[in-house]
Amino acid sequence: MTPEAPTKKQINVPVMADLAARNESPEILFWVGCAGAFDDRYKRVTRAFVRILDHVGTKYAVLGLEESCTGDPAKRAGNEFLFQMQAMQNITTLNGYGIKKIVTACPHCFNTIKNEYPALGGDYEVIHHSTYLQQLINEGKVGVTGGESFKGRRITFHDSCYLGRANNIYEAPRDVLAALDADLVEMKRSRANGLCCGAGGAQMWKEPEPGKKDINIERTEEALATLSGKADALANLGGVETETSTPATHDLQGSIIAVGCPFCMTMMSDGVKNKEQESKVQVFDLAELVASAEGINA
Amino acid sequence: MPSILRPQSFPPYLYPMLQSILFLLLLVAAFGLFTWQVRKIRANILVGRDRDMSGHAAERFRKTLLVAFGQQKMFKRMTPALLHLVVYVGFLVINIEVIEIVIDGLFGNIFGFHRALKFLGPVYDALMATNEILGALVIIAVAAFWWRRNRNPPVKRLSGVELRAWPKLDANIILYIEVALMAALFFMNTADLKLHQMEGVDLPGTFPISNLLVGLLPSDVATLHVLERLGWWIHITGIFLFLNYLPSSKHFHIILAFPNVWYSRLVPQGQFSNVESITNEVKAMMDPSFVVPPAPTAPDGSALAPTPFGAKDVEDLPWTNLLNAYSCTECGRCTSVCPANLTGKLLSPRKIIMDTRDRMEEKYESPLIFRPNVYGPEAKHEPVTDLIEATLLRGKVTPEELWACTTCNACVESCPVNINPLESIIEMRRFLVLEESAAPNSLNVMFSNIENNGAPWAFSPSDRFNWADDLFAAEKSAATVA
Repeated sequence: MTPEAPTKKQINVPVMADLAARNESPEILFWVGCAGAFDDRYKRVTRAFVRILDHVGTKYAVLGLEESCTGDPAKRAGNEFLFQMQAMQNITTLNGYGIKKIVTACPHCFNTIKNEYPALGGDYEVIHHSTYLQQLINEGKVGVTGGESFKGRRITFHDSCYLGRANNIYEAPRDVLAALDADLVEMKRSRANGLCCGAGGAQMWKEPEPGKKDINIERTEEALATLSGKADALANLGGVETETSTPATHDLQGSIIAVGCPFCMTMMSDGVKNKEQESKVQVFDLAELVASAEGINA
Repeated sequence: MPSILRPQSFPPYLYPMLQSILFLLLLVAAFGLFTWQVRKIRANILVGRDRDMSGHAAERFRKTLLVAFGQQKMFKRMTPALLHLVVYVGFLVINIEVIEIVIDGLFGNIFGFHRALKFLGPVYDALMATNEILGALVIIAVAAFWWRRNRNPPVKRLSGVELRAWPKLDANIILYIEVALMAALFFMNTADLKLHQMEGVDLPGTFPISNLLVGLLPSDVATLHVLERLGWWIHITGIFLFLNYLPSSKHFHIILAFPNVWYSRLVPQGQFSNVESITNEVKAMMDPSFVVPPAPTAPDGSALAPTPFGAKDVEDLPWTNLLNAYSCTECGRCTSVCPANLTGKLLSPRKIIMDTRDRMEEKYESPLIFRPNVYGPEAKHEPVTDLIEATLLRGKVTPEELWACTTCNACVESCPVNINPLESIIEMRRFLVLEESAAPNSLNVMFSNIENNGAPWAFSPSDRFNWADDLFAAEKSAATVA
């Protein structure tokens, strides 16, 4: 008997305005974020996360065309006026729908809505998708089985500054990865000591200032050295010399750099390409890994 | 036979009464001068913008206990943490002996007593022994500190564009004074011990280190008396000098670290401050019925000069950031973890904090010594000499430094005394953008994209929901659903 080809089903993403018209309210609002909506690479993360939401049967909705930039890049760049304009516009929308709980796959949106909207009249329970995925796994709603197996594959998690240091979320993404039964390896600079990918503080939209190296290259070198087992040889991290001649103990083939932030995704992917390792090392978001392991990616 | 020892009294050639009077004058002068300097620094800090830091006493107390007293954040790097712990504990414990020195100095000579705390008996023995062992350990730790700083090349974070000239000298002066103070203490104890041994009388206290050193001193009673007095006077005069050196030095952190940690921000590190004056303007724009609250007025009712958005100079920063500047001991942990600095950019969080202190003293009050930092060509910065033009922003901190920041909070996380360089950076960015429209062009493009498209990129807002088109999921058969 030949195995059946997996059947596909189409997901019609529920939009908040439609729910409101039917006088319904969702359990959670999924805040997609600009990168999640426009960036080709991160759109795949958005779609993976929606597959998970759909799969577990959560009653969710998105704002769709009513969503607008949280104002994070404007605020970090010093444009407080633009930030507050954006924030108040979004708060008006969110409060108009009586939103109570928001989940987002972007640590920047997460930080801004959670920490900076309350002073402007927006009080919500805000959860980063790493925490949400961890909860789904803990509750057994996602078994991380039935799909791609990550058993034994080397994965290193790159902490996003706006998730980690900014909001002290270090364990949730690691718990999610641990559920994959992969070979988790930690970079020397991790958790509170994690090194920025170089995109925060509105750097994503400008060229870096003159220097000796780009920050994402420094970070990618550390990730690659860790994945190939050379991490102990990186004795003097934080010089500009992250290359070593120490032999690798692991083949990079099939290794993964896991991220939980659209900007980290861009920076680390660019770094891997710069190091010409994109045929061996892939950069994935947590939601993509979970959806793949669950076998619901189409 | 008259004893050569106190408690009887000093030999007359040492003028006991004169010594007491001299000591009293010195004590009053030292604390007077110190108070005068501290008031200047307090005035400098208070030029900063108002920020209400009241409340949350329990949380602040806990933080102060852990981070300041307990040095929690120092222990991320074990070697310097242990060396620093020795000097810190040495400072705390040896200062108990300073209380005794002050009592002896004021009254001991006149009333013919010596070592006023000796009534503590075994506790005194333990205290003196602890002091001596700590004193020896302090000398070793200070020697290690000196080596870490002066070897070639030094520990990486102990160098940098901002650590030249005065800051470099200051760091070494502190180490030299600490060694001199410890040496004087041993000098005094050893001479005292030898005098007592020659008389066959027990000196109250236990002195494990001085016991090893007695052989090095001459056996002439008059000379020993003079040496003991010399050690005593050098030790206490040194302490008074050091006390009055502190306000001019990075070493002032031994005092201000405590209030600085007390006044730490208690919100998540990712939360940047809200600018209330802008909130009022935005509310008025969005809601015509919103009444903008009246601008604050001076106590006499007259209008105050409008405050700029963000910070151009030190008085535009919140006072807590100015307290930060005086609490900094220039250890460079912030700069050593800064991704911009690590990859060769100009930005150094430590430099911004040091610049803030320099600028306060240049523009406002200065303690006894004021040597503003001078940067070499590698800082790529032409010094502005006109004092009015030489504001913190541009006069000391260049836009190139500010724009290199990724706001990653590594500097904030790393500071052992909870200094927040990121806040100053953002305040200056706000001034550049809101008052001068001086953002890099690419950021201006990003701003207009947000304004026009609701996204930082040039995408059409009508495409925002396209990601949901043709979205399929693989259906799991019931058997594989966990």
